[in-house]
Amino acid sequence: MTINITMAVTLAGLYSIGFYLLMQRSLMRVILGIVVLGHGANLFLQVAGGPPGEPTFVGTAVIEAMVDPLPQALALTAIVITFALTTFLLALSYRSWALLGHDEVQDDVEDRRVAAAERAAREREDEAAEAEVGESERVAGFEAPEAPEAGPGQTDEEAGIR
Amino acid sequence: MAIVAHFALAAVLPLVARRYGRAAFVVGALVPAGTLVHAFTRAGDAVAAVPPSETLAWAPAIGLEFTTRFDELALLLILLISGVGTVVLCYYAGYAKVGDRRTAARDSALLVTFAGAMLGLVLADDVISLYLFWELTTVCSFLLVGGDGIRKRLRQSATQALLVTALGGLAMLLGLLLLATAAGTLRISEILADPPGGGVVPAALLLILLGALTKSAQAPFHPWLPGAMVAPTPVSAYLHAAAMVKAGVYLVARFAPGFADQPAWWIPIVGCGIWTMLLGGFRALRQYDLKTLLAYGTISQLGFLMIMLGTGTWLSALAAGTLILAHGLFKSALFLTVGIIDKRTGTRDIRELSGLGRRWRVLTTLATLALLSMAGLPPLLGFVGKEAALEALLHAGAAGLVACAGVVLGSVLTVAYSLRFLRGAFSRKPDVEPPPSAPCGRVMTGLVALPAFAGLVLGLVPGIAEPVLAGYAGSFGPGPDYHLALWHGVTPPLAISAGIIVAGYLVHRYAGLQRLGGRLPEPLQAQNWYRASVDGLEHVARGVTGRIQVGSLPVYLGVILTTLVVVPGAGVLAGGAEFGQLRLFDNWLQVPLAVLVLAAAATALLARRRLTAVLLTGVVGYGIGAWFVVDGGADLALAQFLVETLTLVVFVLVIRRFPPRFTKDRPYVPGRWVKAAVAGVAGTFVAVLAVLYSGYTHGMPEASREYIERAEDETGATNVVNAIIVDFRAFDTIGEIAVLAVAATGAASLILARSRRRTRQGGSDTGAEAGDTGRGDAHPEVTS
Repeated sequence: MTINITMAVTLAGLYSIGFYLLMQRSLMRVILGIVVLGHGANLFLQVAGGPPGEPTFVGTAVIEAMVDPLPQALALTAIVITFALTTFLLALSYRSWALLGHDEVQDDVEDRRVAAAERAAREREDEAAEAEVGESERVAGFEAPEAPEAGPGQTDEEAGIR
Repeated sequence: MAIVAHFALAAVLPLVARRYGRAAFVVGALVPAGTLVHAFTRAGDAVAAVPPSETLAWAPAIGLEFTTRFDELALLLILLISGVGTVVLCYYAGYAKVGDRRTAARDSALLVTFAGAMLGLVLADDVISLYLFWELTTVCSFLLVGGDGIRKRLRQSATQALLVTALGGLAMLLGLLLLATAAGTLRISEILADPPGGGVVPAALLLILLGALTKSAQAPFHPWLPGAMVAPTPVSAYLHAAAMVKAGVYLVARFAPGFADQPAWWIPIVGCGIWTMLLGGFRALRQYDLKTLLAYGTISQLGFLMIMLGTGTWLSALAAGTLILAHGLFKSALFLTVGIIDKRTGTRDIRELSGLGRRWRVLTTLATLALLSMAGLPPLLGFVGKEAALEALLHAGAAGLVACAGVVLGSVLTVAYSLRFLRGAFSRKPDVEPPPSAPCGRVMTGLVALPAFAGLVLGLVPGIAEPVLAGYAGSFGPGPDYHLALWHGVTPPLAISAGIIVAGYLVHRYAGLQRLGGRLPEPLQAQNWYRASVDGLEHVARGVTGRIQVGSLPVYLGVILTTLVVVPGAGVLAGGAEFGQLRLFDNWLQVPLAVLVLAAAATALLARRRLTAVLLTGVVGYGIGAWFVVDGGADLALAQFLVETLTLVVFVLVIRRFPPRFTKDRPYVPGRWVKAAVAGVAGTFVAVLAVLYSGYTHGMPEASREYIERAEDETGATNVVNAIIVDFRAFDTIGEIAVLAVAATGAASLILARSRRRTRQGGSDTGAEAGDTGRGDAHPEVTS
């Protein structure tokens, strides 16, 4: 057992706050979320290293009393890479600010369009089903309850998208 | 060898067709014809005790090989595939439109490919190549039915055929693999020699049957077959009467010797067979389109074959082999007849045809021969087969008697729809104007004659085919002293046959019954089930896509985090993990540090000003650094402090240009709480994982111990972390430096592009104006 309650609670707090920041609209907050998550991850790596011990300088302590040096080395690498990532993201958000005038994460327009196209296709099918009452009444009756859902409001929205 | 020849020729055929048009079909017919001759010359080998087999290593490392085995069943099917294939290809040369070279190129190549795939299917002796060829025939069928894909009806039918048969094929693959795993070998012959037992085998058999039943258009999967009749008639004659639909029958025939006594095997086969035979015959009675009539007839006959194979005795296997041969011959002859009628008169509707019997005496005779065989009248092969079938069922116990009743009823219907075909196609109807017609063409009639006469000759002298058929039947164990013959004396089967013919005639005559025929209540029609299930699938897919792919990053992240918690979380719960003893802290300094870090992070979350949030995040970083000091990671702490300072500097440099406050979030409070809940649960889950993980570590790992011991001797450094970074794991560090360099380049280019634009635009600094100028002119500057 290498973890203690304080460490676990800190991990939980850092990860929760990091995740929450990541889900924000503001790009700056997203970056801060990544930074906080990075801190949490570095702390997590220390869990692998076992309980606290003496620093790993050869000759200053017996091996059994030392902490595990490998997670420390890996965390060192991780710290630097988090820094690189943060810098790049900051540059990106700066660019977004310069070009778009805001630093918000926007919805993917393409995905929205896909969803709208699906809705339109469904509506068209409903119309076709109603037109083909002679061919198969059962199918038309089956789909009829969905017609009100695809109301005029959505048609307007699609018109706007196109 | 022959299979390769098929595929090679198929690759060349489009070129031939482009040049010579429909002559390509005749060229294509050469390969099946050659195969036929070759199979005849080697027929002796197939009947021998040890059938010849060839093995070609495919991927030896994982035990994959392509094995062929040329035994009696394979020989029987090859004769059918190559024989009918040759006839159909020659016939198509006369059937195709003269100028249409694209169709000729496509269909000739596809038909030859299909013949090769069928050949591979019946020769394959390992489950993987069996499946491979199986799906190849499905794809060929899809392409041939789809044709040029311009008409909607063609596309729908082709898609239905593909969906149904490919679905069955996938189930079959799963079943075959389960079976092969249970048996410990991929070889079919070895599986059958020593059938595996155990709980998984019935499931495997049911899955395999699903493949066979869909492919052979057994109820309730049959509607794709009448739909596939939109294909050109020669294609229908070959794929959907003689060859492809036989693949399912073949599969059952292939596995029947090993599993005939398994209830999971024979009950579905016989049950579906009876249902299919009756349903097919019943529906055929109502069809006006000659081709659809034949399609339902095919369905009915395939049901008959399934019954015989499912019964699984020596005699029933003999009957099934005879019927496979008979059906392939008479059904292809009939389809080709319909093709001629359709081509020369322009219609194949019973209500529009009249008086053809007088005009085309030869064709009428040939079609009558085929119809007699179908209806099971002497002296044709169909009669011989039906006699054997009835004999077999009468000696197969109680289930056999039930099946026998089904077969008798089905045969009555068969006689009735055979008569319907004969009268509908050829008789003179007083109130119908005979359609204008051309002579029916000698070559094409001659090609109809081949299978029709083959049925007659084999019926008169069944001894020709008997060694092959008896050889296959022999795999079910030793048989009684029974020989295929037209005359067995006055026996119960003969009496039943006579009764069937009389009853069939009466059904045909009794108009009231016929009007009733083929009418099914709407909810019972399998086509509606198919449509409803496909519609439902599309509906679900659309709904899922529309709801999940909303385009919002927070929603995506929420979904990912929820999945992260739910899936491994369920595993953790199910695994009954132990948490062990937890200490409160290892060093009392950790507690104030934790409070500091958490407080800073929480206030960073709530901060409205950018600078405040950034500085508080910096406090988190410094707190973590201090934590490292407490934990004994001096180098780590040093790096953390340095990097944190640098990060702060960069942040401050950037947010200089931003407005001091964050953009106001939209007033959408419920969403915020949902986000908080998801984030909290996910974060807690990570902590739980950490606790669990740490419960499974014991002491320092061997690698770390080695690093410490060797550090001074091998690197000359007493600081082990340094030794690891610059020596033991130097490649990691090189990678890290590369990442830094790339990030720095990227960041620099992004920022420099901006400053250059500013100088050109005369120092307009506000982002809004820059935004108005649009993205279009910005990108070239990034690249420049």
